[in-house]
Amino acid sequence: MTAPARRRLADRDSTLGWLFLTPTVVYILALVGLPFGLAVAFSLSDVTGGDPSFDWVGLRNFERILADPVFWRSLRNTFVFTAISMLLIVIFGKVLANILLAEFRGRWLVRFLVLLPWTTPVALSTLTWLWLLDSVFSPIDWVLRRLGLIESNLFWLGQPNLAMASVIMVHVWRLVPLAAVIMLAGLLSVPKDVQEQAAVDGAGYWRRMFEITIPLTAPVIAISALFGAIFTFTDMAVVYVLTRGGPTNETQVLASWAFFRGIEGSDIGQGAAIALFLLPLLLAAAIAILRAVRRMEVS
Amino acid sequence: MAQLVQVDRERRRFARRHRAGRVTLYVLAVLAALAAAGPFVWAAITTFKQDSDLYRRNNNPFVFNKPPTTDHVELLLNRTGFTTFAWNTLWVGTLVVLITLALSIPAAYSLARLDMPWASRMGIAIFFVYLVPPTLLFLSLSRIVVALGLQDSAWSLVVIYPTITIPVSVWLLIGFLKTIPRDIEEQAMVDGHSRLGALVRVVVPLLFPGIVAVVVFAFTLTASEFIYALAFISPSAEKVISTGVPTELVRGDVFFWQSLQAATVLVAVPVALVFNLFLNRFIAGFTQGAVKG
Repeated sequence: MTAPARRRLADRDSTLGWLFLTPTVVYILALVGLPFGLAVAFSLSDVTGGDPSFDWVGLRNFERILADPVFWRSLRNTFVFTAISMLLIVIFGKVLANILLAEFRGRWLVRFLVLLPWTTPVALSTLTWLWLLDSVFSPIDWVLRRLGLIESNLFWLGQPNLAMASVIMVHVWRLVPLAAVIMLAGLLSVPKDVQEQAAVDGAGYWRRMFEITIPLTAPVIAISALFGAIFTFTDMAVVYVLTRGGPTNETQVLASWAFFRGIEGSDIGQGAAIALFLLPLLLAAAIAILRAVRRMEVS
Repeated sequence: MAQLVQVDRERRRFARRHRAGRVTLYVLAVLAALAAAGPFVWAAITTFKQDSDLYRRNNNPFVFNKPPTTDHVELLLNRTGFTTFAWNTLWVGTLVVLITLALSIPAAYSLARLDMPWASRMGIAIFFVYLVPPTLLFLSLSRIVVALGLQDSAWSLVVIYPTITIPVSVWLLIGFLKTIPRDIEEQAMVDGHSRLGALVRVVVPLLFPGIVAVVVFAFTLTASEFIYALAFISPSAEKVISTGVPTELVRGDVFFWQSLQAATVLVAVPVALVFNLFLNRFIAGFTQGAVKG
């Protein structure tokens, strides 16, 4: 190939590169960048559902939400829910991944069944949970009553602690399959001979697990933790359907509180200000995790 | 002799441990399946229960105390918008998947292969877009949807949902592309294909597992999405499953429980079946995207 021809090809490559990338970049700028800017502007304005005119109010929305105990409650809940869910998702996901990896009869069926929680639209699966945790007809309570463990129903969604536990339980139930699939992928990428060598050298199952498999798949475990955290942190559907933030905002999270304020309460400025708190927290978490992943990959 | 006994004992110990391991495995597998699918099994039982059976506090909730009935499935299928919602979810999801592929395959190819300046940083930036929560965007996006004249139309979701699916898809596809050797397309170009021709005829077929992963991921994200669908659309005929079913079958304080459970099962099972078929390819996708991306 002659030099000019090669250069022409290279030229075409960079044109093609921009041609390929531009639609995505333009689309994201238009429908994420622009609304993001608008959201910031809303948070500094007094826009409401009834009065859509835009008036600059500075940081008044932020002052108001910072003075609101429900906001602090939501912020705390968001962290508590995310941290506990993430931990449980990683642990159960790891166990489930190891189960799915093993060869056994009926593996296909087990895989199909454990995927159900993730493939069902959140709103629908949460409705099933709403009925499972019903104050009168909960089958969980029925079993506990039959076993003689409780006298009367627990009233899952009506008591603050149980309601919080219920929200976390649904998040974990829903996200464990995804985490397991991601970690399964990681496990499959561990070279078999490393495992076998360790087994030959006399390392038992647990020793192999903690000294070889987990360190080698640490980046993938971190990725699944990241996804678990994102999905819990930003989700409002579970709280919205299950408890509507109740009892008396005890299970309110930032995402649902922003929705109640912004859409149902029609106070768009405040809703935007509340939602805006999500982003820096999420970004910080994501950067921390991705950094950790990169460090682990290098070592 | 002593050594032989020793070996024999070792072997028996190993066999015993192996058997214990198998039993533990089966127990754990059954427990996991129960924990995950239990609510669905119970939902399926509830679906066919008569009201007088269901709403009795001391009736065993796991068996039919009265003959099962299909009334509530009929209610769901014939007297609610369920089929419309399902259809809306399906066509919105399909279009979103197509748009996602049309935009993210070229973008990923460009970032993975065409030596763009700051390609890796741009890849990470696109992934971070995924972290911008819908809860933050829906307020201003509903304004944009109104400005586009798409309020109360399922088309608004077709326009907006790719904002959720494209970032993850680009990230996944970059990972897949990195596993395809460059030689293959260079060979195709030497054979007389243009860069574009090599992409379409050689790279895309090899990328198929990644494309499947994207299709599955994008579709489940779209079908699960709740906030945008709730915020943008109020007329029943335009609603999707995740917003339509709750609004039609929850009227004030009255929940049509059997029909609600029927809807959950009818949606969950087919989606999980399809997903399961693709699971192996999907797993392959995540390995590349996560570890090498």
